[in-house]
Amino acid sequence: MRKFTAFACLLLAALGIAVAQAQDAASTIEPWVCPESVQAMENKTLNIFNWATYIGETTIPDFEKLCGASVTLDYFDSDESMLTRLRQGNPGYDIVIPSDYAVPTMIEEGLLLPLDHARMPNLDNLIPELRAAPFDPESEYAVPYLWGTFGIGYNVNAVQGPVSSWRQFFEHDGPVAWMEDARIMISIALVITGSSPNSSDPAQLETAKQYLLDHSDNVVIIAADDGQEWLAKGDVDMVIEYNGDIFQIGLDCQCEDFAYVLPQEGSGISSGFIAIPTGAQNPDLAQVFIDYILHPQVGAEIANFTAYPSPNQVAIEAGLIDPIMLENPGIYPPEEILDNLYFLLRQDVDTEQLFNDLWTEIKLALQAG
Amino acid sequence: MANQALAARAAARPAVEINERQARLDLLVRRIGKIGLYINPIFAYFFLWAPIVVLIVFSFNDGGSVSTWQGFTTRWYENIFNNAIAAGTESARFTTENMLGAVRNSLIVGLSSTLLSTIIGTMVAISLVRGRFPGKRALDAVLYLPVVIPEITQAISLAIFFKVIFDFAEMQTGINATTGFGTIIIGHVAFCISYVTIVVRARLADMNPRLEEAARDLGANEWRTFWRITFPLILPGVLAGGLLAFTLSLDDFVVTFFNSGIGTSTLPLFVYGMLKTRVPPEINAISTLMLLASTALVAISLGMQGRGSRRA
Repeated sequence: MRKFTAFACLLLAALGIAVAQAQDAASTIEPWVCPESVQAMENKTLNIFNWATYIGETTIPDFEKLCGASVTLDYFDSDESMLTRLRQGNPGYDIVIPSDYAVPTMIEEGLLLPLDHARMPNLDNLIPELRAAPFDPESEYAVPYLWGTFGIGYNVNAVQGPVSSWRQFFEHDGPVAWMEDARIMISIALVITGSSPNSSDPAQLETAKQYLLDHSDNVVIIAADDGQEWLAKGDVDMVIEYNGDIFQIGLDCQCEDFAYVLPQEGSGISSGFIAIPTGAQNPDLAQVFIDYILHPQVGAEIANFTAYPSPNQVAIEAGLIDPIMLENPGIYPPEEILDNLYFLLRQDVDTEQLFNDLWTEIKLALQAG
Repeated sequence: MANQALAARAAARPAVEINERQARLDLLVRRIGKIGLYINPIFAYFFLWAPIVVLIVFSFNDGGSVSTWQGFTTRWYENIFNNAIAAGTESARFTTENMLGAVRNSLIVGLSSTLLSTIIGTMVAISLVRGRFPGKRALDAVLYLPVVIPEITQAISLAIFFKVIFDFAEMQTGINATTGFGTIIIGHVAFCISYVTIVVRARLADMNPRLEEAARDLGANEWRTFWRITFPLILPGVLAGGLLAFTLSLDDFVVTFFNSGIGTSTLPLFVYGMLKTRVPPEINAISTLMLLASTALVAISLGMQGRGSRRA
């Protein structure tokens, strides 16, 4: 009995320390301070090239206040147009926010400036798995900005039981929506049929194609990134979509009808990166700005406003993220699923063509059937 | 009318036995055609206007979704107005402030390029209709190019053109020019000129040249003839051309994007830039306001045209 009491006391003490530590973590995060070096800068303008509304509400105004800087925002509509614009010659953008698949191209073509890690102490705040993108494992040119995954969005009233596997989506007895994206759809089929999601082996691709064709009876629409609207309207029971989109329709309807899961087989990461384009007019301030973005409070603010998951480990652990999102394993996946996530790697032109041809074949077969 | 035509046909061929059935069929086709004529504009207007009505209705939607109705609100309009007043201050909402900044850029580009392209386009139209000069036919043919070539081709060729010019200028003078409002406006003027010219030219072709001759006979010089006779008569055409140019400039994405610089993003760039995230509900409200503004402009121009044609 005494032993037990002692044990219980110990346990309680340990718990107490853990709780205190957790509270500590939240309270010891000092607000970001603009480095001294900025005060000496003659040029304090910063030009950002980003998607519209892909940043927090107070991120820019706060930075302007803290550093006495003046920030200009310009927008692009796709990574392709952003690339074309920068290839023509950078008119003076200091910060660019490309998607994961555009980063390797930009590095290869010399469109990005190398980052100075010494001036980014906050870089260590990021989730290591996300930082280690295969195309830039050391974060020499780009660091994760916001990330997301694609998985299964479903209507809990129309689908029985918990969903945990891609197979449940493909074998669902009811209307479903596919995603209009050759790479994503084929990578899912590759994973189900036991191949690597980045496989380009013709035999494996053929098996994947056959799997999709065999499980296409329940497809009512191949949605172009608006699958969530079809789900919200009740036209389909399940969709393949990005987690942020499914989360958003839940917010809009203020209901618990929609859920998002990351299938246990694993799924793809889609991540935005922040980088400094070649020809930047003020790379020094850009460097400071990236460190600012990597600060837990700033990263959390961006994540909370955009409803995309933050790659900022410290912000997550300190509980700075909106709890509705943080407690959702589909948005902030547990460790064991994190290990099953993959980046879709860029393939050579011929392989990309092969993917597109396969996808066209599948869609034609779908129309005919 | 239909019966008259039939009777006339019957009278013209008295010897031939009229095919009763053929005549009845003709009559039926005409009747259906007549009904069709009524249905046609109904469908045309429905497909034209239904999406716009939906947009207006959803600009009052109390919720973020673009497809499900969640009650009535005017808060998106309030946000815009409050933000327009509070712009640049702390109470301004960042997203709305950015959107209003994009609207402002759109208006700067739209108004400047409309003014320039209307003046140049009108001059081109007059020289093509009234003037005689070498290369007139070539100019006439080239004029339609911006109307028919794909926009992306024009955008990229303009971008390359500016790059070459700027590189050359830097080599010669050391001045480092870059793209911005100037290049966007030049790009817009480049394609708007054609549209203005085509519209003004049609109006000029309708005008009786004797009126100008009469003015000159009465002692007016060319300058005076233009301002007292020609210009008032073609004014509706000029206005229509200007409106067309304004509309084209306002919703252009491709040429703007590839020739834009720092801080020049227009509303279409902002709207397309939201593809990644979600569309703020204020966008429906701002679109409705812009629609109202352009409807008002069209109404004014129609009124002017009506006056113009009565006078002519």
